[in-house]
Amino acid sequence: MKSLRNTALGLAVGVAGASTAFAGELTIATVNNGHMIEMQKLTPEFEAAHPGTTLNWVTLDEGTLRSRVTTDITTKGGQFDVMTIGMYEAPIWGSRGWLQPLEFDAEYDVEDILPAMRGGLSHEGKLYAAPFYGESSMIMYRKDLVEEAGMTIEDNPTWDHIREVAKAITNKDEGVYGICLRGKPGWGDNMAFLTTMANSFGAQWFNEDWTPALDSDAWQEAVTFYVEMLEESGPPGSEGNSFNEILALMNEGKCGMWIDATIAASFVTDPDQSKVADKMAFAQAPQKATTKGANWLWAWSLAIPAGTDQAEEAMDFIEWATSKSYIELVAEKNGWGNVPTGTRQSTYDNPNFQEAATFDEAELKAILSANPEDSTLNPSPYVGVQFAAIPEFQAIGTAVGQQMTDALAGNITVEEALENSQAIADREMKKAGYY
Amino acid sequence: MTDRQRQIWIDRAAVTAAWIAALVFFFPIFWMVLTSFKTEGQAIQVPPLLIFEPTLENYLEIQDRTNYFKFAMNSVITAFGGTLVALLIAIPSAYSMAFNTTHRTKDVLMWMLSTKMLPAVGVLMPIYFLAQKFDLFDTRTLLVVIYAMMNLPIVMLILFNYFREIPKEILEASRMDGTSTFNEIRQIVLPLAWGGIASTALLSIILCWNEAFWSIVLTTTDASTLTAFVASFQAPEGLFWAKVSAVSTLACAPIVVFGWMAQKQLVQGLTFGAVK
Repeated sequence: MKSLRNTALGLAVGVAGASTAFAGELTIATVNNGHMIEMQKLTPEFEAAHPGTTLNWVTLDEGTLRSRVTTDITTKGGQFDVMTIGMYEAPIWGSRGWLQPLEFDAEYDVEDILPAMRGGLSHEGKLYAAPFYGESSMIMYRKDLVEEAGMTIEDNPTWDHIREVAKAITNKDEGVYGICLRGKPGWGDNMAFLTTMANSFGAQWFNEDWTPALDSDAWQEAVTFYVEMLEESGPPGSEGNSFNEILALMNEGKCGMWIDATIAASFVTDPDQSKVADKMAFAQAPQKATTKGANWLWAWSLAIPAGTDQAEEAMDFIEWATSKSYIELVAEKNGWGNVPTGTRQSTYDNPNFQEAATFDEAELKAILSANPEDSTLNPSPYVGVQFAAIPEFQAIGTAVGQQMTDALAGNITVEEALENSQAIADREMKKAGYY
Repeated sequence: MTDRQRQIWIDRAAVTAAWIAALVFFFPIFWMVLTSFKTEGQAIQVPPLLIFEPTLENYLEIQDRTNYFKFAMNSVITAFGGTLVALLIAIPSAYSMAFNTTHRTKDVLMWMLSTKMLPAVGVLMPIYFLAQKFDLFDTRTLLVVIYAMMNLPIVMLILFNYFREIPKEILEASRMDGTSTFNEIRQIVLPLAWGGIASTALLSIILCWNEAFWSIVLTTTDASTLTAFVASFQAPEGLFWAKVSAVSTLACAPIVVFGWMAQKQLVQGLTFGAVK
């Protein structure tokens, strides 16, 4: 390290020039999602309205973004002035003082932001991130295949009914599989879906005394159901499937049903990328013992790290990017079917949007029905639908996700997977001093 | 079958095997370039499309969204800069180890090489803090230093092997004439090992060019290289295969052209000794 330091100093005026951000230059960390890319393209609009402020974009994949912003915020690196974070990070980081609370003027109309989104991004009544686009989860299905099988799918059908429909519409000879679900390990991957499924079976991550509850009958029943259903009617290699893999299958007409993020509705109904765009229909997530927590809630949101020197400019940017007028600007440029959704009631009230988006009603219903503060059948001590908003969850969720993938791949039994998961969660929670 | 006929068959089999190996290595590159001219819908089609109407939309979108040349220039500066610094350190070090060997030389070399066994992420936090402390975050200077340190063990090992092949008698003769150490390196060692140094430099440039971990972690906007550019096109929600193929094609193109032009030197340097 000493040699590294010396060399670094020696080279400081060497082969390449150093540069640092100057006042008025905002560095924004974001992910490569369609709505975010659109926001980048509209940079000149913001810069024209805010002379003296220029925007620098850092686009990263989701995993890298998480680790980069976490490292930056914990080391007070100050690399970013605005960060794209999720509903999991916002309340935790807010409570630790890592984010600046957001206060908007009356014109911004904070009350217009959907209450579920506001609640999920707040801590003790203070909003720490503004939602840029939000989502829940729902059933997206091929109505042609379901009708051909002489069946229907209503809102909140039972899981048993979904399994029956999946069996009926599977045609393995033609490469059509009744149901496609996430299997790739990760707290935001297979565990996001599996947690909502387990919630609907009456399961929960932790008991009221914070002891893990993964050894419950409800978890056993839910995971067994999931594994068996995918074995019967799922595509081969489900353990490697995440959002994009299933989106590709769905758009190619290889899946009959998909339960995932509502944002997917805009992709599967887009004739430019989907072969089954005109055959899609939507319904609210399945349930078993309860509808509580059966569909998740997530928002890609913009936040200001506490270490930034340019909080005022960052606030101006967030106010612009998450405002009603931004949504109108996108509509003007690309049409109402392409505006960021899941954030404001006014978007769903807009008749132009209602006409352009075929999935608007189902999406809004799903978002409004998700309640992070009451997502389990029995009382639980945590906030969050598809996660528990505690710092330890990320590690626990990912480790448990690996066990679930192993069970799905047939490497271990569901019993073993849950036994291991319980032990992992127990160890982490004890280490963190919960009991 | 006569010996001659047998030899012809062996030669044919060897040539066929070489072609198969070349095709296997080339296929991913071919597929990447092909996919870059498809739409996102075509890119995921099953069975995969071989004949389709090509589109430039992915390249146009990349052009629209980012400044490719800024990333490419950063890659060029950091790859060449890192290699230059590594050579400046490695040449005198390898010289001293090759011509003033002690019983610990082998251990020192092995120790240096063993640092390559350490996963990069293991030293992430110290490097992160050092970068912060010296205000080097998101600078090409930092990447040049990291790349030089990263490749130093390999560069040193290869140069050590080249230098060792230079007959000591030549150096002894020059010393008899009173040549200084610096001149000995400049006028005798470097010209004799020039092929090896050039091929080592080429190898180091390629390794620097392809490095992704440090580039992604230690840069934001000013010093990001082409590997960070490729990584930025992955999307958690939405199809990206065609676009990422186009980006990868653009990122690979300069180094493929460079490698093609330098392949003679690269192969010669890696297969021939210093004084052969």
